[in-house]
Amino acid sequence: MQRYSGFGLVKHALSHHENWERQWRNPTPKKQYDVIIVGGGGHGLATAYYLAKEFGVKNVAVIEKGWLGGGNTARNTTIVRSNYLWDESAALYEHAMKLWEGLSQDLNYNVMFSQRGVLNLGHTLQDMRDIQRRVNANRLNGIDGEVLDAKGVQELVPIMDCSSSARYPVLGASWQPRAGVARHDAVAWGYARGADAHGVDILQQTEVTGFKIRDGQIYGVHTNRGDIEAKTVGCVTAGNSGVLAKMAGFNLPLESHPLQALVSEPLKPILDTVVMSNHVHGYISQSDKGDLVIGAGIDGYNGYGQRGSYPTVEHTLQAIVEMFPIFSRVRMNRQWGGIVDTCPDACPILSKTPVKGLFFNCGWGTGGFKATPGSGHVFAASLAKGEMHPIAEPFSMFRFHSGALIDEHGAAGVAH
Amino acid sequence: MFYIYCPYCGEHREEEEFHPKGQAHIERPKEPEACSDEEWGDYLFFRDNPRGVHHELWVHAVGCRKFFNVTRHTVTYEILETYKMGEQPSITADAQGQPREAVAASRQEGVRA
Amino acid sequence: MSQSKKQVHRLAKGGRIDRSRTLSFTFNGQNYQGHPGDTLASALLANGVDIVNRSFKYSRPRGIVAAGAEEPNAIVQLGSTEAAQVPNVRATQQALFAGLTARSTNGWPNVQRDLMGVVGKLGGKFMPPGFYYKTFMAPASLWMTYEKYIRKSAGLGRSPMEADPDTYDHLHQHCDVLVVGAGAAGLAAALAAARSGARVIVADEQEEMGGSLLDSRETLDGKPADQWAAQVVKELAGYENVTLLPRTTANGYHDHHFVTLHERRTEHLGETAPLAKGRRQVRARMHRVRAGQVILATGAHERPLVYAGNDVPGNMLAGAVSTYIRRYGVAPGNKLVLTTSNDYGYRAALDWKEAGREVVAIVDARQAPAGDWVEAARAQGIKIITGSAVIEAKGSSRVSAARVAKIDIDAFQVKGPAQELACDTIASSGGYSPVIHLASHTGARPTWRDDLLGFVPSLVKGVHACGGANGTYALGEVLADGVEAGVKAAAVSGHAAPSVSLPQVKALKQGPAAALFQVPHEKPTLRAPKQFVDLQNDVTAAGIELATREGFESIEHVKRYTAMGFGTDQGKLGNINGMAIAARCLGRPIPEVGTTVFRPNYTPVTFGAIVGRHCRDLFDPERYTALHQWHVENGAEFEDVGQWKRPWYYPQRVNGKVETMHEAVARECSAVREKVGILDASTLGKIDIQGPDAREFLARVYTNKWEKLAVGKCRYGLMCKDDGMVTDDGVTSCLADNHFLMTTTTGGAAAILEWLELWHQTEWPELDVYFSSVTDHWATMTITGPEARKLLAEITDIDLDKDSFKFMEWRSGKVAGVPARVYRISFTGELTFEINVQANYAMHVWQTLFKHGEKYGLTPYGTETMHVLRAEKGFIIVGQDTDGSVTPEDLGMQWCVGYDKPFSWIGKRALTRTDTKRENRKQLVGLKPKDPKVVLEEGAQIVFDPKHAIPMPMAGHVTSSYYSPTLDSGFALAVVKGGHKKMGETVYLPMADGQTHEAEIVSPIFYDPKGERQHV
Repeated sequence: MQRYSGFGLVKHALSHHENWERQWRNPTPKKQYDVIIVGGGGHGLATAYYLAKEFGVKNVAVIEKGWLGGGNTARNTTIVRSNYLWDESAALYEHAMKLWEGLSQDLNYNVMFSQRGVLNLGHTLQDMRDIQRRVNANRLNGIDGEVLDAKGVQELVPIMDCSSSARYPVLGASWQPRAGVARHDAVAWGYARGADAHGVDILQQTEVTGFKIRDGQIYGVHTNRGDIEAKTVGCVTAGNSGVLAKMAGFNLPLESHPLQALVSEPLKPILDTVVMSNHVHGYISQSDKGDLVIGAGIDGYNGYGQRGSYPTVEHTLQAIVEMFPIFSRVRMNRQWGGIVDTCPDACPILSKTPVKGLFFNCGWGTGGFKATPGSGHVFAASLAKGEMHPIAEPFSMFRFHSGALIDEHGAAGVAH
Repeated sequence: MFYIYCPYCGEHREEEEFHPKGQAHIERPKEPEACSDEEWGDYLFFRDNPRGVHHELWVHAVGCRKFFNVTRHTVTYEILETYKMGEQPSITADAQGQPREAVAASRQEGVRA
Repeated sequence: MSQSKKQVHRLAKGGRIDRSRTLSFTFNGQNYQGHPGDTLASALLANGVDIVNRSFKYSRPRGIVAAGAEEPNAIVQLGSTEAAQVPNVRATQQALFAGLTARSTNGWPNVQRDLMGVVGKLGGKFMPPGFYYKTFMAPASLWMTYEKYIRKSAGLGRSPMEADPDTYDHLHQHCDVLVVGAGAAGLAAALAAARSGARVIVADEQEEMGGSLLDSRETLDGKPADQWAAQVVKELAGYENVTLLPRTTANGYHDHHFVTLHERRTEHLGETAPLAKGRRQVRARMHRVRAGQVILATGAHERPLVYAGNDVPGNMLAGAVSTYIRRYGVAPGNKLVLTTSNDYGYRAALDWKEAGREVVAIVDARQAPAGDWVEAARAQGIKIITGSAVIEAKGSSRVSAARVAKIDIDAFQVKGPAQELACDTIASSGGYSPVIHLASHTGARPTWRDDLLGFVPSLVKGVHACGGANGTYALGEVLADGVEAGVKAAAVSGHAAPSVSLPQVKALKQGPAAALFQVPHEKPTLRAPKQFVDLQNDVTAAGIELATREGFESIEHVKRYTAMGFGTDQGKLGNINGMAIAARCLGRPIPEVGTTVFRPNYTPVTFGAIVGRHCRDLFDPERYTALHQWHVENGAEFEDVGQWKRPWYYPQRVNGKVETMHEAVARECSAVREKVGILDASTLGKIDIQGPDAREFLARVYTNKWEKLAVGKCRYGLMCKDDGMVTDDGVTSCLADNHFLMTTTTGGAAAILEWLELWHQTEWPELDVYFSSVTDHWATMTITGPEARKLLAEITDIDLDKDSFKFMEWRSGKVAGVPARVYRISFTGELTFEINVQANYAMHVWQTLFKHGEKYGLTPYGTETMHVLRAEKGFIIVGQDTDGSVTPEDLGMQWCVGYDKPFSWIGKRALTRTDTKRENRKQLVGLKPKDPKVVLEEGAQIVFDPKHAIPMPMAGHVTSSYYSPTLDSGFALAVVKGGHKKMGETVYLPMADGQTHEAEIVSPIFYDPKGERQHV
């Protein structure tokens, strides 16, 4: 793999950039692999990368029906945080956070992980109880964070309306300094380049059309480019997980919903942290390019159309202007939608399935991007050993039978 | 934003008047105690999540407050029909999840959106 | 401010401007003049302003390229005051008004001499696409510092720092036919639809309707085309069934023909909305249109050719040159070179010549151009160089010359030597791209047509595209296309259009266009001078080639890696050229590289317009009880509960100073325990339930039993979801054998009503029962405390004797002379009567109570005191002591669970699942701090072993915690793993400040455990 560095950049400039190598190959599928990952998004590529780099499984294929990183990886609002309420989620997201902190260097690809801090605002007394509960739990789980009062919030975000005249005045917030944002595309491309360098075959424009299953054990997949065999298959296909599960003959406790986001036109730097409000329902940060990146709500119906309903966008901007009256004359440039697979308890599924050798990693709902490195790492470990990694264990799909849910709705603040 | 025909009001109304309530035709087991944990979990949480024709339950929340069923394509978002509680869909999914006329149940004017 | 300049490029005649009036404006601090009818762009060109901005990445000088929505460079900051600032306004779409104040968004110290420009010149080489992914990685610790500087150099305009003085509103509209675009096609379509009697809305983004007809060289019925446009607009304006919306952009096309029209009502008048009759007008209006049929007559955007130095000011679109000359009376230069791949481009040269300026040459990529316009140019004696193209523009702050050479398009090579033609303007035309944005908002993928060299929209049911939007460019065909669309669309709503006679158009002979996108240069693309594809984001042909070399093969990858199309123009000029270049590099046909998906908005829309009135006071309604005014007058602090404003506590002035919440709550608590207090409980949800099966229904949705509840009696009920988790609670009373009144939590009221309807309508339709919300009909006043009976007795005819009106019963009668229902239930543990009266009587009753209550020390209390009092009794609050993961058994409320009820009520089955049977589930207990002065923090986490290393296993958390004046100590409710079996054990609460509190697990009932006080 061609190392990237400032020096390299200068060197290539002098040769008119004619000698840059491909960041990943475009291989033809082999007949057989040790492990097949279905889904070439951030989570799938990360899984392949760690399989090859840390768990010695190098004969791996990533099968992507479109272009890699083209799903929710390319469509989210790039927020990274680990201040989740329950021990199980906290462990998973903090595992990811630790990997984020060295990711650019590990991948030799600048994913622009910007630890500018995330505020989760509280607007009611119950919001503040939930925030205190979560921050206390985070502290005992070794996750950074503190509870701020309205004054503390105002100091961090001078342009926000923290006055008592607001409809739902800001009473305080939880503040996680290590949290922030990252460059979503770079995460997919960095993992793809890293996986490819370790010998992983990334097969784009390749669609899985069915699974090869014999007496309850998987042994391969059918694709539009022919059959490919493997005794271990991991599905990491977000919104399409339900469709794949059906192909394998079972249902998942998932529904795929549209989740919308939007950006303003680029502005000079004005917002240095990530601000999230569950109660008035708006999430906002500013990208390095200058766009205000705003997360809208989830639409209640199932949808694979990568678009949602207009009132959802209206309500989001109402919240943004309520929090930031000065943005009223700023203009919205673009809106788009992703397909999020949501679980009843707002927690993901990392799990074995009724089919031996077939694993699923899905159900991330609105919270998938921030988990990418951790999700890939523990899922890779699970695929390599054939047993779920301890951090992944609680996220079995069978928890919906036993009732051992990990309900992040209640007190977890926003699920984004 | 959808334009939804309420089969009880007999009118098309804006989506803002309605709430989606998930998959239609999910029946609560008649004898819950006879269900295994697995069966009960399936009833509570496990859903079809088709890419294509889907039967959904909606409620005319700020209208007549009636619950009713919608047959909708989850990719094009086209509403193929709406029908009252207790009725069966006249359009169902074929193997590819595409619309297919099922029983030739005729519905009153306008129901097919 | 220096002397204002002369309008050096203003033509002596022509244009649709009002030369009788002069408007002065300032740009970058310099004073200029223009005329009504000008855009900011045309006025700047008239004044000879070449450099309007600096580019985003390389900080190169940039001039005006286009005349409309596709302009990538002329992005300005508008506003003379802080509150009036508007970032990123496109000068080509901003009408000129007197006093307009604008600045360039980039350039330091100014756009003429810009320091970053030096960096751009020197550093440009080192900034290929994605360079930031490849560097700034070492040392890791420095990234946040690098980022600070990267952010500084990014962004275009700036946000205002003051709140918006303007207002915006929404209109909700329906129509049979929505016509988007009022050019030739749109007007023809609108005319046909309008004459049919259908309800028609016509939206056009420009200041004037007419589109290309306003600057067309062609004639209709032998008269200038704009006259026909004016006459059609006049006719349309006369129809009652037609709404004409100029300055209105269809910015988003949503499902089922829901289209948002952004109408700019005052942006052409001033930087903030002017006053009308003393009131500030609405700055912009969003029309939320539900259309039957939609006609897209959005026209086409001209494609520039991509050649070296094509971003130097003076490079313009051929069509834009014509528009500035014919519509604005401005010739943006003196010596023109036109480089084109098609006949349409020739119009620029003809207009230029007629404007009395010199056309140095027309450079046509085609070997043997032929067609009416070509002939016209020849007839004018204009030099035409064929089989050639401008391969490079020379000049730095303005074009000084064009390097022209023979080219071989298929071999992508320059053939033979280049000649240098001195000029100050280069107009280019690479053909047209239909404006398919709105069509692709609907999710329909566009289709590529080789004959048109462009994408045409695929259409969902009910959408019609006509004219340029449909790839039809010849004026005669465009008009016919429009009429046909109008007739079709109207017919769907049952309106037959009478025949529309179209004006005579001279059919022009046209030669085929050449498929030219990027012009070859002598040097290979990676070594040639920069050839810009996306001017706003500084994306070059070399950048695209490099992306494809690095493995970015899908157009989506190329766009993301190079940032092509991510500007505020969303790639209106660049995307197709970029795709063509990517296709060339990959050796694939264009459609195989992918289509480009456009998203709303077509052009950017002010947040304020999308928000409309739904902000500030109208962001979310505030719900008040009938007694709200009294609470305000008596100094209550309020708490938001759902949408309700509830009195939180009533601070009093005690010898000169206002009580703290702690002092007020202590006083209110003592009043209730020792005398009598009063609470406005009107916000509790109230659902009236009637029908023969009401009782059976209650038994199914509540966890406890209801079959024996007699008329006149009340009972507390607990509600679960079918997963066994507690979701709501409240007291339900039997009013008559088939008539019940259910109360719910304040926040849960609406959801519970829908919940009841859900079960009734979908699962148990056979049950004969009806529900209606009566929350707002009744006001509820809770008087509670030892003196409650004496007080109420003074103003009611109801027999309050403790044996005839027992605890958990209700009676109807008169209170303060008005009909009332009085419930003897208690949330405080004291003797309590909940007085319910018709809401309109509430204030009268409340005041009467105070008149009589003074001698008993009647004290108003709020939600905080209510919380303390109920917690002392161990009464839960759903949503505070529960969080969706708590069962009735976890709460120790088995007394409220009907295990042997015949029907398997909602939640029952789940109670026997493996996880709900677990021994160590978190269970509700009381906590007594070892130090009575300590009030534990709500949300504090509980551990058994405070010595354990981080991560520390947690056993639960504090759900409610208060100081109790009655017990004179802190106390708390909490959930603790296996708590019910741990009575008397000690737990630890390690806090952020380093302290670790100790507490004893006790019963959650801290006060009057036998419940005697409420029975007196």
